[in-house]
Amino acid sequence: MSKRILTVDDSKTIRDMLNFTLSGAGFSVAQAEDGVDGLRVLAATPDVEVIITDINMPNMDGFTFIEHVRKDPLHKSTPILVLTTESGADKKARARQSGATGWIVKPFDPNKLLDVIRKVLP
Amino acid sequence: MADFSDFKATFFQECKELLENMEAGLMAMDGGEDVSSHIDAIFRAVHSVKGGAGAFGFNKLVEFAHVFETVLDQVRQGALDPGADVLQILLQAGDVLNDLVTMAESNAAVPDGYGQEVRAKLHELELRGQGGGDGDAPMEEFDDLDFMPVAATDLPDAGGEEPAPEAFDGIEFQPVPADATGLPSATGYRVSFAPRPELFRRSNEPLLLFRELRRLGTLTVACDVSALPDLNVLLADGAYLRWTLDLVSDCPIDQVREVFEFVEDDCDLKVEPLAADPGPMPAPPAPPVEARPIPATAPAPAARAVAAAAPVAEPVPAAAPSPAAESAKVPPKDSGEAQRKDEAAGGITIRVDLDRVDRVVDMVGELVIMQAMLRQAMGDLPRDGKYGALSRGLEQLFQISRELQESVMAIRAQPVRSVFQRMPRLVRELSNQTGKKARLVMQGEATEVDKTVTERLADPLTHMIRNALDHGIETPEERIAAGKPEEGVVHISAEHKGGRIIIQLTDDGRGINRERVRQKAIEKGLIAADAVLTDEETDALIFAPGFSTASTISNISGRGVGMDVVKRNVQDLGGRVTIRSTPGKGSTISLTLPLTLAVMDGMIVSSGAETFIVPISNIVECLRPKNGNVQQAGDGGDVLLLRGEVVPIQRLSQVFEIANARDTLADCVIVVVEVEGGSKLGIVVDELLGQQQVVVKSIEENYGTIPGIGAATIMGNGQVALILDVDAVGSAGRPANGRHIH
Repeated sequence: MSKRILTVDDSKTIRDMLNFTLSGAGFSVAQAEDGVDGLRVLAATPDVEVIITDINMPNMDGFTFIEHVRKDPLHKSTPILVLTTESGADKKARARQSGATGWIVKPFDPNKLLDVIRKVLP
Repeated sequence: MADFSDFKATFFQECKELLENMEAGLMAMDGGEDVSSHIDAIFRAVHSVKGGAGAFGFNKLVEFAHVFETVLDQVRQGALDPGADVLQILLQAGDVLNDLVTMAESNAAVPDGYGQEVRAKLHELELRGQGGGDGDAPMEEFDDLDFMPVAATDLPDAGGEEPAPEAFDGIEFQPVPADATGLPSATGYRVSFAPRPELFRRSNEPLLLFRELRRLGTLTVACDVSALPDLNVLLADGAYLRWTLDLVSDCPIDQVREVFEFVEDDCDLKVEPLAADPGPMPAPPAPPVEARPIPATAPAPAARAVAAAAPVAEPVPAAAPSPAAESAKVPPKDSGEAQRKDEAAGGITIRVDLDRVDRVVDMVGELVIMQAMLRQAMGDLPRDGKYGALSRGLEQLFQISRELQESVMAIRAQPVRSVFQRMPRLVRELSNQTGKKARLVMQGEATEVDKTVTERLADPLTHMIRNALDHGIETPEERIAAGKPEEGVVHISAEHKGGRIIIQLTDDGRGINRERVRQKAIEKGLIAADAVLTDEETDALIFAPGFSTASTISNISGRGVGMDVVKRNVQDLGGRVTIRSTPGKGSTISLTLPLTLAVMDGMIVSSGAETFIVPISNIVECLRPKNGNVQQAGDGGDVLLLRGEVVPIQRLSQVFEIANARDTLADCVIVVVEVEGGSKLGIVVDELLGQQQVVVKSIEENYGTIPGIGAATIMGNGQVALILDVDAVGSAGRPANGRHIH
């Protein structure tokens, strides 16, 4: 069984690129367009092992999404990676504060992305 | 691994939508709407453009978007007050961003210094925002010029450590005598690592960190379990273990720190070079990439400690039975909640290929025709008795197919917003160029109309706005002198009315100078010097081909094309243009357009045994010739005298060589249509059979081009009827030259 990764991003371009990279590396990919959608998809596919989420999204942003996920006993220890275009300290601080495991800086290099996933995937 | 160039098309498609959202938001703010309800979406749009652009290496786009976004973020955080001057700059920045996207899409090189001016203004705003900010959420400091996309893991710490040398997995590192840190890196590092509970709460995992470290060299792990409490007081998510890790590797120290990148704030971490005497460590350094198993020489208790401690330290769900049991109940509750939020968020959209929609439109067209045929067949049968059920069924089928048709058309329908949105920029640019002050007010942008119509609206609207700014709105001085506000207002609106869409463009400028229009028309030979025209007729002259009132052709609306192009475009869409003008007060141009091009109102006419459709939008009037109002013209053709106007007439039977058509004109009907350039043509047919909505079928696709025929349709009786292209019918005979004589 390939491991499932949930990607949450409002940009179709980014979703497509993540899907391409992750599927190509043998992961099965679930996609969501914002935090609200992400929670819905997560409820429907509880076997997600890693979550990659954008921060700036409509309806529910990444921070709030992570907080919700962390409250779910099923996912309180699921690694969550935040996609960010900034490397700013406060962005990271906020991501960490809301419970993210780590971060990926956009634009991402496919190999580096897989490296980061390997870093958090049991 | 393949690059991402395949996703460019998606990106640009997305950009288009994002930029539209951005523009709409900025316009709303400019129009005085609440900032907080728009700024998030604007920020997100610019942010997403930047994110995608980075992936494809559009660096200029990324740089600009970054500066833009920084200012937007300040507005969002309340550090910068979006006053009128700020909004102007943001709007201009939006224009530049738009251009940069267009250049990126067409692979055009960005001219040096492009958008520099706007960028400088943004920079000023940024400084202003920093100065006047309330101090919370400090902005990240970037040197804008140096801002480059950075790949996922090779970031230096944000805290300001010395920049990491490029680190690549899979590449052998040459031992460097003395690297940037000035420390010998040949032997390795000792890492002291004590996680805090927060580390586990964020799902970081010491075991995985060690696994990463092991990739760098030979790792020896020693675990200190002295802080481990008794089981009865042990907290499942507590952190009780500390580790000492000796890594034999010649990798740079930053690579070691990088392993702890995500956890450095959630643990006590010390990384120091190994002492010259590594003690019981194996002497030869391992190759950096190939991970070796932890050497057998490692102290046995430590190895056991790792094995034993890891499960304790991890908050594994399985180890906590109560949450696991609970989890079974949780998902349904969550999904319900998510669904409610989803509904609140306004439904779900999907993207569908336009071809697929068009196929459905086609099929529905077929259905409508089939239904009309059934109706016709039913016409001869009694409506009661054994046919009663059939008759009722047909009636229902009629209702359903009508609804189906409307629903399908609604899929293709698009708010006119997408076209309207391009106009504010145009007004801004034109105001700058002409030195006039004008504001655009839009209304009814949500009005929906078929996608094809929306697409083809852009040109006429652009031209109308150019015309309004160039000829309508006066200079600020003139306006003040006329007792008007300095700033002119161009009002553009869209609304549905009786199955058509009405688009109106109103300016509060000087209105049409009828005397000058008249002079010009006489000069150009469009009217006779002594022609008596009503005000409406005079105003309508501006739509005549080749007409231009500006004495010098400006580079704005005078491009060798006049308002006649507007009229032409609109007529092509099956619409009409009218103008109403009050001198000194301004003008209103109204476009009346069909909601779709797939269905059209047609007048069914016959000639001999043939049936034709004349588009209603072309028809001016229908009349039966009376004695004396049809005369022989000099060139042998007939002309119709219509209230003082000479209208050339054309027999349909002659154009298409139809046998058995009526000969005597008095028995015929003349359909007066308006053709290209606004002149009239009388088409002589045998009879008017009625008026009907017809489904337009392309004849070029299915058969070939026939001069004089625009398209075809299928009538209720299953017969194919041809739809006339009145312009081509007109030019099939003599040149149409309807002019007023007096």
